[in-house]
Amino acid sequence: MESAVQGGVAPRANAAALSADEAALSISATHGSSARLSKRVASVSIGALSIALWLLLWQLASVHKWNFFFRFENIPAPTEVAAAFGELYRAPKFAAHVVSSVRRIFLGFSLAAGLSVVLGLLIGRFRIAAQSLFPPLEILRPIPAVAWIPLAILLFASAEQSMVFITFIGAFFPILLSTIHGVEGIDRRLVYASLTLGAGPIDVFREVILPGALPSIVTGLSIGMGTSWFSLVTAEMISGQFGIGYYTWEAYTLQQYPKIVLGMITIGLLGMGSSLLIKWVGRRFMPWFKPDASAA
Amino acid sequence: MTQSSALGAVALHGVDIHFGEGKTAVQALSGIDLRIEPGEFVSILGPSGCGKSTIIGALAGFTPITSGELRVDAERVTAPGPERGVVFQQHTLFPWKTVAKNVEFGLKMRGVRRAEREQKAREILSSMGLGEFLAHYPHQLSGGMQQRVNLARVLVNRPRVILMDEPFCSLDAQTRLQMQELLLSLWHELHMTVVFVTHEVDEALFLSDRVIVLTRRPARIKSEVPVDLPRPRTRDLLTSPEFVALKRRTLQLLLDETSASAKPS
Repeated sequence: MESAVQGGVAPRANAAALSADEAALSISATHGSSARLSKRVASVSIGALSIALWLLLWQLASVHKWNFFFRFENIPAPTEVAAAFGELYRAPKFAAHVVSSVRRIFLGFSLAAGLSVVLGLLIGRFRIAAQSLFPPLEILRPIPAVAWIPLAILLFASAEQSMVFITFIGAFFPILLSTIHGVEGIDRRLVYASLTLGAGPIDVFREVILPGALPSIVTGLSIGMGTSWFSLVTAEMISGQFGIGYYTWEAYTLQQYPKIVLGMITIGLLGMGSSLLIKWVGRRFMPWFKPDASAA
Repeated sequence: MTQSSALGAVALHGVDIHFGEGKTAVQALSGIDLRIEPGEFVSILGPSGCGKSTIIGALAGFTPITSGELRVDAERVTAPGPERGVVFQQHTLFPWKTVAKNVEFGLKMRGVRRAEREQKAREILSSMGLGEFLAHYPHQLSGGMQQRVNLARVLVNRPRVILMDEPFCSLDAQTRLQMQELLLSLWHELHMTVVFVTHEVDEALFLSDRVIVLTRRPARIKSEVPVDLPRPRTRDLLTSPEFVALKRRTLQLLLDETSASAKPS
């Protein structure tokens, strides 16, 4: 293994040999992906089987009106829910409900994201911003968005504005805190490195602080997306005129029970879709980010 | 580059550095007097935690000195600057930039045009055996490769002085030796001053013209070991009698300090 190297060997040759070795290593790591694929197929089919069994149990419970502890007599069976799905094309109002919820989320969430990322970067970076801006926010933070609903109705002229405000509040704090956390977590040596390479204050902000905080910001966005849906659905159930939360609550008051489940599933899908969107945006902007690699 | 060989003089006169205030105040450096000639390779060796890295921080310009004077060429050091390149221990490449973009960073800060930046980064990376890794991200490289990129990122700016803070301490023995040889060849080629902090006697002697041994905290200069070994140096030198004799002497100086620091003060 250890060969005697003659005197005067150029270090560059060593360097080149080293990198070739390392390249070979990284290629060998890509083997074994087919074994991983079959493992994946197995785990997906076990998951699907489990879901099917739970649906079957639900179906039996509803059809036979099982009434011990959980009262299934008024709970629609999966087949009834499926039938309600089938009738959706005859209900143009349903789409309007979905559109109005999505619109509220889009407005409230975008406003929250824009404002909280900017504030978070400033608070995380500048002591004066932290001292002046953080205390009032810290007082408001423990108040859940849902608790804002009565005041929101008083604050705004229209119900629409107050509901956008509730989604805004729901998303604002998770994103703000994650952004601050992200800025504070940046390795100071990266800032030093940029300074010794000639970076000025604006360069440091653009080239180090913003990208350094980005993984945390994206985490905050995805948490904020969840909390803004949660807040919106509650707000719509309480004071809504339209929206998927209102639709679900209305189904209950009108005793159209399959529609309750339909509303719930739709809310779940919308939440899932929007969080996938965040993940996709995150991956696009951070091709360098590997959550696993940072732990290694 | 005849002019650059005349630049890169480092001078410390009575440099003290204190951290904190009141009861928690710590004195890191005490009365450091040191002159380093342009193009000289000087290592700073000392027991761990003695304040070796503080000297690098002060020379780099992000650790303010409490008293004394610190100059690089005629200029007093007050802030970081690209003429004093710093190679840190590890993990200081920008994870969000590719290898090429990391190396281009200093040039970009100086306003060099994109095409020229890209060309310079490509040249220096190829010369260091990293030509195939321009588009890789740092986390895709081994520790040794990352440190080569780190070195390239600093050298592409042609600094007069390069400050290295235990840059190879996290590498395995073979990779470290390769990096040391690479560093020596680059230093020979580029005629810059190197201030190299380490706790490894072998490393300090193998690389340097002169080794400065520090005392335990607060660090003062305990003694200076001139290293009159022939250059260019190769790994064979590490087992030569002259090297071993020098190593024994230096190790003794260092061990005196380490055992002294083990006693309660």
